[in-house]
Amino acid sequence: MLGFASPFLLLGLLAVPVLWFLLRAVPPAPIRRRFPGVALLLGLMDEDREADKTPWWLLALRMLAISAAIVAFAGPVLNPRTAVSGKDPLLIVVDGGWADAYDWSKRVAKASSLLDGAERAGRPVAVIELADAPQPVLFKAAADMRGKLAALAPRGWLPEAMRDWVPSLPSGGFETAWVADGLDHAGRADLLAAAQNAGTVSVFVSDTAIYALGPAVQADGKLTLTAHRFPAGAAVLNVVARGPDPSGTDRELARTPVTFKDGTPTAKVTLDLPPELRNRVSRFSLEGVRSAGAVSLAGDALKRRKVALVSDAADGEGLQLLSPLHYLRQALAPSADIIEGGVMDVVPAKPDVIVLADVATIPQAESDALLAWVQKGGLLLRFAGPHLAAADMVKLAEDPLMPVTLRQGGLTSGGAMSWGAPKALAAFPDGSPFHGLDIPADLRVKTQVLAQPDAELAARTLAALDDGTPLVTRKIMGLGQVVLVHVTANAEWSDLPLSGLFVAMLERLAISTTLGAVADEAVKGLIWTPDHVLDGWGELVDPGSLPGIQGEALLRASKMGPGADVPAGLYHNDGRVVAVNPVSEGFAFKPVVWPTGVAVGDLGLPEERALKGPVLSVALILLLLDIIATLALSGRLRRGVGAALVVLAMLMQPHDARADVADDRAIAATEGVVLAYVITGDQTVDDTSSAGLLGLSDQLANRTAVEPLAPMGVDIEKDELAFFPFLYWPVTADAPVPSSAAFAKLNRYLRTGGMILFDTRDADVASAGATPEGAALQRIASGLDIPPIEPIPEDHVLTRSFYLLQAFPGRFSEGGLWVEASPPDAAKAEGMPFRNLNDGVTPVVIGANDYASAWAVDPYGAPLLPVGRGAAGDDQREYAYRFGINLIMHVLTGNYKSDQVHVPALLERLGK
Amino acid sequence: MTVSADLRARAEALGQTLPPLLAEAEHLASTVALGEHGRRRAGMGDDFWQYRVARPGDSLRAIDWRRSARSDQAFVQEREWQAAQSVVLWVDAAQSMDFSGDKNRPVKADRAKVLALALAVLLLRAGEQVGLAGQEAPRAGKGQMLRLIEAMALDLARGAADYGAPLPGGFVAQGRAMFVSDFLGDLDAVERSLGQAAGRGVKGLLLQVLDPAEEQFPFDGRTIFVSMGGSVSHETQRAGDLRARYLARLAERKARLAELARAAGWHYSAHHTGEPAQAALLWAYRALEGGR
Repeated sequence: MLGFASPFLLLGLLAVPVLWFLLRAVPPAPIRRRFPGVALLLGLMDEDREADKTPWWLLALRMLAISAAIVAFAGPVLNPRTAVSGKDPLLIVVDGGWADAYDWSKRVAKASSLLDGAERAGRPVAVIELADAPQPVLFKAAADMRGKLAALAPRGWLPEAMRDWVPSLPSGGFETAWVADGLDHAGRADLLAAAQNAGTVSVFVSDTAIYALGPAVQADGKLTLTAHRFPAGAAVLNVVARGPDPSGTDRELARTPVTFKDGTPTAKVTLDLPPELRNRVSRFSLEGVRSAGAVSLAGDALKRRKVALVSDAADGEGLQLLSPLHYLRQALAPSADIIEGGVMDVVPAKPDVIVLADVATIPQAESDALLAWVQKGGLLLRFAGPHLAAADMVKLAEDPLMPVTLRQGGLTSGGAMSWGAPKALAAFPDGSPFHGLDIPADLRVKTQVLAQPDAELAARTLAALDDGTPLVTRKIMGLGQVVLVHVTANAEWSDLPLSGLFVAMLERLAISTTLGAVADEAVKGLIWTPDHVLDGWGELVDPGSLPGIQGEALLRASKMGPGADVPAGLYHNDGRVVAVNPVSEGFAFKPVVWPTGVAVGDLGLPEERALKGPVLSVALILLLLDIIATLALSGRLRRGVGAALVVLAMLMQPHDARADVADDRAIAATEGVVLAYVITGDQTVDDTSSAGLLGLSDQLANRTAVEPLAPMGVDIEKDELAFFPFLYWPVTADAPVPSSAAFAKLNRYLRTGGMILFDTRDADVASAGATPEGAALQRIASGLDIPPIEPIPEDHVLTRSFYLLQAFPGRFSEGGLWVEASPPDAAKAEGMPFRNLNDGVTPVVIGANDYASAWAVDPYGAPLLPVGRGAAGDDQREYAYRFGINLIMHVLTGNYKSDQVHVPALLERLGK
Repeated sequence: MTVSADLRARAEALGQTLPPLLAEAEHLASTVALGEHGRRRAGMGDDFWQYRVARPGDSLRAIDWRRSARSDQAFVQEREWQAAQSVVLWVDAAQSMDFSGDKNRPVKADRAKVLALALAVLLLRAGEQVGLAGQEAPRAGKGQMLRLIEAMALDLARGAADYGAPLPGGFVAQGRAMFVSDFLGDLDAVERSLGQAAGRGVKGLLLQVLDPAEEQFPFDGRTIFVSMGGSVSHETQRAGDLRARYLARLAERKARLAELARAAGWHYSAHHTGEPAQAALLWAYRALEGGR
């Protein structure tokens, strides 16, 4: 796109042909030369009379120069900002769904440039994010909207409720600039039509590929995930499964590549994980893609619970359909791993659930084992039966593994010997885990065991019959619970095991789960409390004041995709966790087709570049060439001068020096010790890093034998790291996660003796991850091969590698310092206050005290940034330098100071 | 009278340059170390050469009585032959000689005068008679040097033509002559002059003094070439194209000069102002000597 500031000047180009005739008529003036040898020239004729006129190429050169000058003065501008016509208010629309997160910064930059344009034109502006709940659109001064734009963040859902925005649009005319994600969302057409009614609409879409990861689906014991790409095209990404390891630390559990073929929008990837591993998986994500859409939360859906079935009845003899465990087995087999055996056999297997079907008497040893297991979070599910009904109630009353005290003998109703009819189930009360389940009308309970009414009975009752007698009771014990179903697990006492309700109830009790999708039955009718919600970047964050959500809404969200009312995240109810994923199972990218009349631009922020200077330079160079050519034509150009000019012109040619640059860098970096910092892309931070390392280098040169050269910035994606003994890495909140190639390079760097000082600059590393910088550090560190770390121990070699230090302040002094953990078997050296910590230089040091700011000096060596106040501040800066010197000494001399521990022993040996 | 006033001014201006010119010429002459000056023959002269036995016909006055008294024979003292040569110099004073192709090089006239004066210094020292063609009759003695210089200054002040030609006459029979010029003018005049000289038994030298620019013709482009006096001009669009033909003509002219010189028993040499003057001076001196 090329525009002109004053295009009418281009009319001057019309005069160029006139110039042709003018210039052609005037040949270059001859030079008068006094020369005695002219006597010999008399009578010599020129071979070629044509040169009497100006040669055509000289004419062309001159006309080109004149044309360039005319074009230059017309003020050419490359990529001119779309001139804001009129004074209509400008509505800047941002989709704001997770699909925007891939290139959010570009979108914000685009919106910001639109805002700039409006500000220059003095137009009122409004910025709306369609993923938000609709709110009235108010046009304000552009400066007021800047804050709002900065505060925008992508959401963990797609803006599927665009139609709701239509009434919010103001009535007057306005122009709309829509920074869209290129996907078709519900109601987009309506909103677009409304905007078009109000004025012109220009749309800006990105050409960045959008990825999405569908939820894991289980089949044949394998997990299948569907990844989507928009637009369809060839790509290879990694699907990473993460979850807690046995110590509870979040770790990568599995990884597998997913390959998109050209022309196919989806790619499937299958993960075959052992059950132990699979149960741990908490989320899947597409590696390197920072968006909620590339994250699939697992919730409970992947967990197959281990259920132990214990029965009192002797096996084998009875009919199978009468077995108290038959229906349980049938109901659980598809969704749980079943183990059977005696209590003492199954408890060591650490099942999630132990089912005791009609077991009345439990020996003391087994009871103790069960009790301990329940206290630690087990679910003990007991079914009634003839044995339980006949048990000694006094003894049973003392049984801690019974939620209620039972009356002796069961209650039979509807039999030949009873008055009443078989009882139906009462509707499940609010607050019961079964709330919302449909009760089959023909379900009848013939026999049950009855509970002694007491104060706690009502609270412990989860389900009751229509006469109010409890059917399911529960007692919470420690982290676990004991649940008693007052009927048998077979069809002997009731129809319950025959009905679908039985399965649903088991599911509600978190005994079984339907794998993959969220089952309607398991969710409906309950209030689900959000644990964590996904933000647009795919990070789990605190839900804040988000209220509990109805099961139906949750169900809808998990099928249709989340929204502002039900954000994607993890919801819990009663020990169960349900995940609402940003991408539902049937998801597919729908490309939007913009109607005609809508100007569609791209996000590439066209840098407005005034070309007047360059074009004028071209004109000037052409005129210079003309001078040289004219001189040459008229013989005034001496050959030596001409050669010099040719050489000069060749020197002036911008030659491609990229290949040299890498070599030059390598040479510069290896001329001596060079401290390096990682370029973050944030100019302020990078400048501070550079100035900080310069200050540290100066102090090192002043005080020690280390005399570093000027510090260098390092792009971890591109530059070679091997030349630098030390990298200072200031972590910014929006630091991008390095590519896997960069991670490989960094890991190689760390393994081969490099050291990285991470600085979150937030004075708060103790609760790492609490600040955005901490979170960014976690993202970066997740790919690095970092050994276990610990807060720096008092006897670490860093405390004495040059200065004796115990505090490591930077610009802040509160933050701690983390280094590689010392081996657990390190013993104290004899006669020394240190342990023998001989091996290894810590590959990473993690601090938070904004060291570079404390070290930073200006080119004259004066401190650049204030540290503390007064003399205390100067002291703090001094200690910051001392820490830096210790650190570099540690990097360069390794554990040398640690070796000094042995000096007395060595001296002693030498003395002998 | 304005003309003569102008001439006088120019002569004065040029005259001021002559003492340095003389100094330069003396300096140049001193670099030419000449071993023997005598003629190595018995003849008229002041210096003793040898005794020989008197032969019939020797006048009595010639007998050296002292030597004869020591023996029975009469001896005659012979003196070294010291007959002075007359050398006539012609230095081209035309305007074409005022050319220098480079500001670091002397104009051709300067070089020509220096060479001529240096030769005169050498010759006068050797007792020869040196004169300036058409102006100054050959005479010997140190005073002649100043007269030569004055004559040269006058010659320069005369407002010469574009191209010079040797002045007719002024040759001393059986004498020597040296023409110093660029010989870019009419060669017929030179030929006539040479013929005249040959007719009087005069032998001599043609020393062509050229500027390197005239040898190389380093010009290009659209040029109007004008002679130093402005009387002749030539315009060309591409001077470079003329180079080959110019050089051919120059070579032809040199060949003609050499041929003329050979025919008259003269010597010819070309000297470039870009080169040191010593070589040319040495050549001229030797050639004058050998030509005898």
